[in-house]
Amino acid sequence: MWWRALLLSASFMLAAAVLVHYRKDREYATGEAAQAMPVQGIVMSGIIAGGGQTTPRRNPYSDDGYDLGEGRRLYRAYNCNGCHANGGGGIGPALMDERWIYGAEPENIFAAIMEGRPNGMPSFRNRIPEAQAWQIVAYVRSLSGLVSTTAAPGRADQIRGTTPPGMTTRQEPVPSGPPQQP
Amino acid sequence: MASFARRALWTLPLASGLARAEPTAAPPTASPEEDGQWTMPAKDYANTRFSGLDEINRDNVRNLQPVFTVASGTMVGQESAPIVVGDTLYFVTPYPNILFAVDLNAPAGRVKWRYNPSPASSAQGAACCEAVNRGPTYADGVIYYNTIDTHTVAVDARTGELRWKVKLGEYSRGETMTMAPLVVRDKVFVGNSGAEFGARGWITALNTRDGSIAWRAYSTGPDSDVRIDGSFNPFYPQYRGRDLGVTQWPADAWRTGGGTVWGWISYDPDQDLIFYGTSNPSPWNHEMRPGDNHWTNGIFARNPDTGMARWFYQFSPHDLWDHSAVNENIVLDIDWEGARRKVVIRPERNGYIYVIDRTSGEVLAADPFVYINATSGVDLRTGRLQEVPEMTPTTGSVMRNVCPNAPGAKDWSPSAFGKDTGLLYIPHNNLCMDWEPTDTSYIAGTPYIGVEPRFFPGPGGNGGGFFAWDPVARRKVWERTERWPVWSGAAATAGGLVFYGDLEGWFKAVDSRTGEELWRFQTGSGIIGQPTTWRGPDGRQHVAIMSGIGGWIGSMVSHQLDPRDPTAAKGWGNMMGALRDITQPGGTLHVFALPR
Repeated sequence: MWWRALLLSASFMLAAAVLVHYRKDREYATGEAAQAMPVQGIVMSGIIAGGGQTTPRRNPYSDDGYDLGEGRRLYRAYNCNGCHANGGGGIGPALMDERWIYGAEPENIFAAIMEGRPNGMPSFRNRIPEAQAWQIVAYVRSLSGLVSTTAAPGRADQIRGTTPPGMTTRQEPVPSGPPQQP
Repeated sequence: MASFARRALWTLPLASGLARAEPTAAPPTASPEEDGQWTMPAKDYANTRFSGLDEINRDNVRNLQPVFTVASGTMVGQESAPIVVGDTLYFVTPYPNILFAVDLNAPAGRVKWRYNPSPASSAQGAACCEAVNRGPTYADGVIYYNTIDTHTVAVDARTGELRWKVKLGEYSRGETMTMAPLVVRDKVFVGNSGAEFGARGWITALNTRDGSIAWRAYSTGPDSDVRIDGSFNPFYPQYRGRDLGVTQWPADAWRTGGGTVWGWISYDPDQDLIFYGTSNPSPWNHEMRPGDNHWTNGIFARNPDTGMARWFYQFSPHDLWDHSAVNENIVLDIDWEGARRKVVIRPERNGYIYVIDRTSGEVLAADPFVYINATSGVDLRTGRLQEVPEMTPTTGSVMRNVCPNAPGAKDWSPSAFGKDTGLLYIPHNNLCMDWEPTDTSYIAGTPYIGVEPRFFPGPGGNGGGFFAWDPVARRKVWERTERWPVWSGAAATAGGLVFYGDLEGWFKAVDSRTGEELWRFQTGSGIIGQPTTWRGPDGRQHVAIMSGIGGWIGSMVSHQLDPRDPTAAKGWGNMMGALRDITQPGGTLHVFALPR
């Protein structure tokens, strides 16, 4: 059937075109990230003295499946899972729920990784390169549905049963107290 | 006299088969006559947790009522024993490890003073299972206890003034301290925690005078570090050889190999030996550490003055399942196959109750007390745990339905020994798990685990229970099943009672002969503490317990972890989420007595 062959080759060409179009440079965009994400100006409070508002910055790594996958790998490689499990938490707080003690914005999470937090979160500065930290930030936000569902992985690889990030309902962030407060 | 009569009546039927049977007993040197106090968490050197008081008994316990409460001001797991010296009760909170001194004179319950050691808040992040504390101990006018940021403090028991404070480890490298010290003569013995962070385990003897280190014995590494020399005389050949704490590990893995000392220390004055357990090796993923991993997961007998090891026995060599071997070793003398033997009895995490000759380290018996499918028994000829070969987990695949699970048949929560009944009263778990080893690497200050687990109740569907064990007949006398694992310690009394608490916050008194529940009280938060009982300055017997959910098992509640992740809290997420709807965090001391 000539028309079937034509249809098949046409769809291949279309797929190839799409792939070429969307293929992303896999280089770490270190410079771009560093410029896009200045570490100053991180707001953790819901109160801004004198009014006004902040404009959270966009994490350049949060909309790409590759970066989320890298974030997931690095989350394990740096033993984040040892304290935060697969998002449910343990020694550290849960990352898959709506409560964020130190803020849910990408730069809040980035700062938590780099600076540490006073009740036990270690500082990973000089351990995790900044570009990798931003990939981890993207993965952490994916655990509570805060990244694009088209980019988040549709399956979870761990032992069982947490909802894959790509199928997680968005948990609207709520500024929260210390973990002891129910 | 009443208690003597009860004791005589009760021990008769236990003495089956022996012509002139003597009851199982704690040696008087390790467990002196009742003085109405409770000055160390385990009550005495023998670790009996038995009180000779019988004012509160099985006939009147139904009238037991609260006398006073004290809020600890903390919201995580409250594991401390409330100890009593004279007219004062002492307890330690979890981080920030505040020592409370509570006046027992009327009107009882006034806080005399608090001592705050101001531990570093960051150290909480190096505590595997919350920044808990298992209590203070007392000797010669001084209270001793440990802080989460690896200090031991000595505080004047009367004034609350600090005598000395010494730093013993580095929390930035995953070391913490959670155990309750033991004092023998002029030394206080303390140990570290942190085998989930690759901490290298040790026990340290400090001079009570000034806190200076008398000796330190590591649980891994060369013999000189482990304090093994020519006087070391273990019963089994697998513990003889040079530097086994190095050679039974991959190169240098012993440096981050665990074997921490976070459980109970007991002491036999007659032989002048202390006994204590060493924790699981690090990491949990066993494929990363071929070898028997000496001297983790075992029991050491040591000379308290020199620290030199006398004998050692390893409960779970080359640990597959985080079967951290730090449980209590109760010092008892027992009729055994026609002879009187000096033993320690040890309800172990791997599911067996061990009877070990405390003069030699020979295992006389190892009887299962829960459903076990990961091992088939203990070979009494070689002393070796018999693993089921097809139950060996491998990296990247899930080993399903492993029983008992990682917290094991019984975690740290201590048993009691009834001096009147000759029975052991044992809180325990009934748990199985799925276990997936994963790759991990050591990064100082971060967890070094390499396993994704999820836990679930074992056969029968109950998470745990509480039973009485006859060590001579080697069987359960009675058993109570509980919905949740029992994470509280036990206390037994000459009044025919045993006290323990559950994770829903119920504090219970049961009949020591039958297990029948005679009284219960809702304390407001889950109980993972240790009950004590003592005579107040008013002459009345009191019972005390700290409530406050938390610890490894209770962190789903206290840290509001997310049960949608079954691996939350290193496996508890799979089964403890429902407890969040039943109890709530908050530490409180509860003290009870009969109405006047």
